[in-house]
Amino acid sequence: MKRYLIFFMLTVFALTACKDKPQLTAVAGNGNGADGPDYGDTLVEGSIGEPSILIPMLASDTASHNVSGMIFNGLVKYDTDLSVIGDLAQSWDISKDGLTITFHLRKDVKWADGVEFTADDVMFGYKTIIDEKTPTAYKEDYLQVKKAEVLDKYTFRVTYDKPFAPALTTWGSLVVLPKHLLEGKDITKTEFARNPVGLGPYKLHKWVPDQELALESYKDYFEGRPYIDRYIYKRIPDPATMFLMLRTGEIDTMSLTPLQYTKQTDNEYFRKNFNKYRYPAFQYTHLAFNLKHPYFKDKLVRQAIAYAIDKNELVDVVLFGLGSPATGPYVPNTWPYNPDVKKYDYNPEKARQLLKEAGWEDTDGDGLLDKNGRPFSFTIFTNTGNKLRENTATIIQWRLAKIGIKVEIRKLEWSTFINQFIDKKRFEAVLLGWSISLDPDQYDIWHSSKTREKELNFISYSNPEVDELLEKGRRTFGIEERKKAYFRIQEILAEEAPYIFLYVPDATPIVSARIKGIKPSPIGISYNLPKWYVPKRLQRHTMEP
Amino acid sequence: MLTYLVKRFFEMIPTLLGITLISFFIIHLAPGKPTDVFSELNPKITPEARERLEKYYGLDKPIIVQYGLWLKRVVKFDFGESFSTDRRPVMQKIWDTKQPLLERKLFITFMLNLIEMIIIFLIAIPIGIFSATHRDSLYDRITTVSVFIGFAIPSFWLALLLMMFFGVYLDWLPVSGLKSLNHDSLPLAGKIMDRLRHLVLPVAVASFGGLAGLSRYMRSSMLEVIRQDYVTVARAKGLPENKVIYRHAFRNALLPLITLLGLSIPGLIGGSVIFENIFGIPGMGQLFFNGVMGRDYPLIMGILTIGAMLTLLGNLLADLGYMLADPRIRAK
Amino acid sequence: MTVMGKYSLGSLIWKRFKKSKLAVAGGIIVGILFVAAVFAPVLAPYNPGDIDRAHILVPPDMRHPLGTDDLGRDVMSRMIWGSRISLAVGFVAVGIATAIGLFFGALAGYYGGWAERIIMRFIDIMLTIPTFFLILAVIAFIEPSIWNIMIVIGLTSWMGVARLVRAEFLSLKEREYVLAARALGASDFRIIFRHILINSMAPVLVSAVLGIAGAVLVESALSFLGIGVQPPTPSWGNILTLGKDNIEIAWWLSVFPGLAILITVLGYNLLGEGIRDSIDPRLWDTERK
Repeated sequence: MKRYLIFFMLTVFALTACKDKPQLTAVAGNGNGADGPDYGDTLVEGSIGEPSILIPMLASDTASHNVSGMIFNGLVKYDTDLSVIGDLAQSWDISKDGLTITFHLRKDVKWADGVEFTADDVMFGYKTIIDEKTPTAYKEDYLQVKKAEVLDKYTFRVTYDKPFAPALTTWGSLVVLPKHLLEGKDITKTEFARNPVGLGPYKLHKWVPDQELALESYKDYFEGRPYIDRYIYKRIPDPATMFLMLRTGEIDTMSLTPLQYTKQTDNEYFRKNFNKYRYPAFQYTHLAFNLKHPYFKDKLVRQAIAYAIDKNELVDVVLFGLGSPATGPYVPNTWPYNPDVKKYDYNPEKARQLLKEAGWEDTDGDGLLDKNGRPFSFTIFTNTGNKLRENTATIIQWRLAKIGIKVEIRKLEWSTFINQFIDKKRFEAVLLGWSISLDPDQYDIWHSSKTREKELNFISYSNPEVDELLEKGRRTFGIEERKKAYFRIQEILAEEAPYIFLYVPDATPIVSARIKGIKPSPIGISYNLPKWYVPKRLQRHTMEP
Repeated sequence: MLTYLVKRFFEMIPTLLGITLISFFIIHLAPGKPTDVFSELNPKITPEARERLEKYYGLDKPIIVQYGLWLKRVVKFDFGESFSTDRRPVMQKIWDTKQPLLERKLFITFMLNLIEMIIIFLIAIPIGIFSATHRDSLYDRITTVSVFIGFAIPSFWLALLLMMFFGVYLDWLPVSGLKSLNHDSLPLAGKIMDRLRHLVLPVAVASFGGLAGLSRYMRSSMLEVIRQDYVTVARAKGLPENKVIYRHAFRNALLPLITLLGLSIPGLIGGSVIFENIFGIPGMGQLFFNGVMGRDYPLIMGILTIGAMLTLLGNLLADLGYMLADPRIRAK
Repeated sequence: MTVMGKYSLGSLIWKRFKKSKLAVAGGIIVGILFVAAVFAPVLAPYNPGDIDRAHILVPPDMRHPLGTDDLGRDVMSRMIWGSRISLAVGFVAVGIATAIGLFFGALAGYYGGWAERIIMRFIDIMLTIPTFFLILAVIAFIEPSIWNIMIVIGLTSWMGVARLVRAEFLSLKEREYVLAARALGASDFRIIFRHILINSMAPVLVSAVLGIAGAVLVESALSFLGIGVQPPTPSWGNILTLGKDNIEIAWWLSVFPGLAILITVLGYNLLGEGIRDSIDPRLWDTERK
């Protein structure tokens, strides 16, 4: 996928290093053979982006997260059935009121430099992430913590002053850092960011900027030495070239574009030499309106635009059918997802009629709707470098032109886009995607208090009932209670259409067939990467000394 | 000869100053203080980084002092810290002393350009001479047409076509990068072979445009020389045609060519952006392009300045070549 | 320039121009481009923005002579509309470059002295900075849009014209008729415009025509890299970007727009060379032999 610049929700990467998650259809050619697991060989992944920083809490781009996720682990992680299980923590106790979590850490974990991992490292990481000098986007969740204590070498306790439902899941791979190497240093300046010492399954071997980044297996990894000796990210900034290299065998795995998945790999050669996987990604693409803008204050206008866009067409053309229309801010087949909300099936007649009710009519016969002498035209902003989003914007532009709305498309480089236009609320409509966390808490996106500069409710959405439900959802622990709250939120959002939820794309990775041990699961394929292996007779790369 | 060189070297100084002035001007192109623009456009900038930046540009001082400060740093090749999240010094990105020479971006781009120039030179000259000496022959017509096409063909399109044919259809040549993945495990000969195979397409494409221009000039320069009196005299003396051409005419026809080669350097360096982008070559051009996409101003300014300095250096070398080839100057 | 024999200068040039087949071919190509650009709405078989989910990446056939792109849009229609961009960028950018070049060249050539030294040094410096780098650096500060692209290309390509104009001025300002005009008390302004500029227009015209070719190439390269004309506005450069993205499966997206750029640039180059040859008196007798 072309440079997946998604707005990271605060908790997205807190738990897992995998790129994408749930439910899976394996389009496997060669099943996993009879050969037993062997050590050795190298796996090469094609990567569009160049990692910039290998400290998880400072990283803001996908490439950096992918790599640093291989080097660092968290206290907890998601299991394949989406339940939370221990990672560096062996177990944990939650107090009856849900306000205190006590983690019992594993005692057999060593940092890659041989120093033992202890509760001090967790404490150090926690203090670093809440430090206001630390430039991290993931601070918010940790500011909810009232008190953090190191009870002994292997016990770490946090206390919240209010119930916080996503609390446990936030203790993933963002917060553990080696105190013995970083204490007293400025984390933004240290060499550590480009030459980290971690405790995960792999450690940094060699990094040639803009070319490749090689990881080697950490022999003393606490869950056992990974089978594959080397994991290399080869930087290829362009998906077409990357695909050619996949075909020539220079790389073993990459994310396919929808076109590559449906057409270019649909032949004997690829069926024989590769396995393709497909599962819904934990993200959705949407069109968001600036609700302060006079045109979009009016619910009828927003609904009309929803009717004028054919979501199925977007899925067919942009995704080649690899995805599904979205109806709300959750992904189908997860527990918070509500399938019974108002859907906007493509209906240009209805759209025109709603616009007429709202006062928009073509009175001067120029083909454009107008109201009080002003023609209906607006600009959709999106970021550069994302082909799927570009195509989506183009199709929306074309569809809206058919009901008499003129749309301009403006693509902006990511940081400019966010800083000058989103944060300053200088936009009419934006086309963006959200990555969503496994916990349904979306307080930061929809709550009316989160509309200040740099906060995530940048469309200025405000609905007292939604505010109340959001608060309720994050302050209760019972799933059924929470579910009720989030179901109602989805109904309201669908009715009011502050966003038009467009589609949920599928993740479509491909992996060389010589790699065995891949077990597709609802959280994707890379969760058990240390257990992947290549049988001796199929090994391709020998390690140089 | 030495005095000429020294003189020529000192003549470069005002040009160099001018380059820094233009770079400086571009930084101040945007309205407001540069740091306003920077920190407004780039959310990754923390207040400290902003402070460092203000200090770096000395923004509280009068503009002439600011320029002086900028100049002082440029002389030391200090372009400040990159805006990208890794915050490495710009110079370290361009010339990373921790990497082997072959992996340093500036070196990669420099070597590629050098190879291209040598190839252009080696091929264009014989083509040009032959066209001139066989004027209006079928061969001359064919080269003339090819030259016109060479001028007109978009280099990135040629790159696409060659990639499609040699990379995809025939699967003969690698289409991206400078070396294969298993490069490190190859024996020395294999390593060299591997690098050469990766160079074929980018070098071929980048040389093509230059080839057209240079062979055309060689042809007309040769035609001009052949018409001169001394060539006629040499012919009249009864010297064999070969000798006339190569001994007398060739040398003199070469002179304007050397100047031209010097002038073509900025084009070649600028072209690196396109080739490195298409062929995934991790050189300075790709770095520059990424800098532009990410609005990494310190990086952009650094590479702009270094690119200009390289051109100056190339011009100086061209002058040197001119001097070596031209007896009139050598005598001084 | 002197009038030769019984022909007027103009008719002589025209005669020579017609004699050069290549030059005429160049003229015809440029003419076709004009027609395509002006009559795009009539000539294009489809609306260039029309998306067709049933015909995505269809190879050339009867319905779509040049195939369709990844949104099912007709490539031929997009290319016809794209000729407008090509034409506009070429002319506007070169117009800007020529205006600047004329100004500085005339200033330097006519007045000489300090003005000349400073201007010539400035030109040297501009020529030292790799133009493509300079263009990209400026674009990083402003938005890429068709207007900005035109302006930036213009601002970075005037140096050749300036040198040319200066050289013309140096030789023309000592001519008798200029000296006579000055003796009669004509103002500098009048001399520059009425007497010298008019007479140096021919080489400027040639360089402008050749400059258009260069501008077309630069625009297409910028659009190809995604920092030129922004899609969905069709331009040859950004159709080629799609060609690169789909290099394995859609050759038509690479081949046709590239060919269009090639032919257009070739057309301007031939036209420019043709004009040059027909107005350059030095070539009149050498080629007659």
